[in-house]
Amino acid sequence: MLAWLHRLASPKRFHGLAGFFITWCGWGALVLFASGLYYSLFNSPPDYQQGESIRIMYIHVPAAWNSMFIYITMAIASLFVLVWRIKAAAAVARACAPLGAMFTFLALATGSLWGKPMWGAWWVWDARLTSELILLFLYLGFMALQSAIEDKDAAARAAGVLAIVGIINIPIIYYSVEWWNTLHQGATITLSEKPKMNTDMFISLILMSLAFKFYFVVAVLRKARNEMLEREQNSQWVKEMLGGSDERK
Amino acid sequence: MNDVTNIAKTTAIEPSLGRAFMAMLGRDLTLAYRHRAQLANPLVFFTIVVSLFPLGLNPDPDLLRTIAPGVIWVAALLAAMLSLDSIFRSDFDDGTLEQILLSPHPLSLLVLAKTLAHWLITGLPLLLLAPVLGGLLDMSGEALGVLMITGALGTPILSLIGSIGVALTVGLRSGGGGVLLSLLVLPLYIPVLIFAANAVGNAAGGFEVTGQLAILGSLLALSVGLAPLAAAAALRISLN
Repeated sequence: MLAWLHRLASPKRFHGLAGFFITWCGWGALVLFASGLYYSLFNSPPDYQQGESIRIMYIHVPAAWNSMFIYITMAIASLFVLVWRIKAAAAVARACAPLGAMFTFLALATGSLWGKPMWGAWWVWDARLTSELILLFLYLGFMALQSAIEDKDAAARAAGVLAIVGIINIPIIYYSVEWWNTLHQGATITLSEKPKMNTDMFISLILMSLAFKFYFVVAVLRKARNEMLEREQNSQWVKEMLGGSDERK
Repeated sequence: MNDVTNIAKTTAIEPSLGRAFMAMLGRDLTLAYRHRAQLANPLVFFTIVVSLFPLGLNPDPDLLRTIAPGVIWVAALLAAMLSLDSIFRSDFDDGTLEQILLSPHPLSLLVLAKTLAHWLITGLPLLLLAPVLGGLLDMSGEALGVLMITGALGTPILSLIGSIGVALTVGLRSGGGGVLLSLLVLPLYIPVLIFAANAVGNAAGGFEVTGQLAILGSLLALSVGLAPLAAAAALRISLN
């Protein structure tokens, strides 16, 4: 199992595998974004209370889901770095942080745009907003620690410890609206029950969140693959791959 | 110093785990006692920060009573954070930390001893000073009692989480360690601040506080169990 894992994660295999996923998930993301945007902008009804502002939700909720999902991905990749010292996992964890910070910021910004007409304030110190803000700080801390340590392997492992310690915040964000009676509404969609929303709205939301997930896979693999190429630039397989194309020129 | 060299020398006749723990604790406390003047610094800082608020806002007792729990907890948080560097810094500088890493005992337990020493040196005095400052901010007796309980549960968490942050940054040569440390540690401190200040605020308003105290207690249990492990792993990375 371990030998298989290491073979799978060897820089060369990772490069090929990532290329495969980048192509297919890239097309998937394109199709999902096109259909998701069409559904959420034209083919779903306005909310009976919130009117057209409901459409902000189709960006806001997928971004918020992604912000937590990326953190978990980053922490799992960090675990692989710490336990098995897999270079590809280090590159993935490193690539996750700016993307996660971006989605967290997007969730906060769209929430703020929605909050102004609905709650009458750009920002409220509600439990879910505050814990999402902490998540943003955790991402920034991860990136700051990565860039502060010069040795890349040590940086990946040190930041990995931080990512795993910070994962305690994820359940706090997820359950914050149930634990505290706050302004932010509770979850409308759960795995166990029928969604408490209009079917067209539900389809739009699912399409958009899948599109966000596919986009994340493409972006993180592209970043990680480039970093692997840069780090492995003196190794044989990179030279062969790039050198071959040089000769043809 | 002697105790550590003893630990390193006597690998053949290993002292028991408990003795190693006590030796580490005793050594750190002795070192702190030899530099008594520095012990007061976090306390003075704590007092100054708290006293800035009545000066900067408004000395109205009603206002002060409302903001007191948050002000005291934020000031305690900052004071604890600024003193964190002392857990590992001097040992790292003179090479003792590498000797500690070579010891046959589990590193996480020795880290726990050092963290406990740090709490006894900084957290406990802050805890004892807090009700005095609370009194100056016109807090009620009941709120002061809850402030003490939240302090007893919360300040050890600050030392424990902080030990991870210091362990991660102690090897950095660039002078930005202090700012980076606060960037790493403060987000992890926020839950403690929220529950502790909320409990004290509720107590002042005559509401129930057991929920918040239970959460603080569970955070403490969690961090006693896990923070030394993470800090030990971080130290091994930092010293490599």
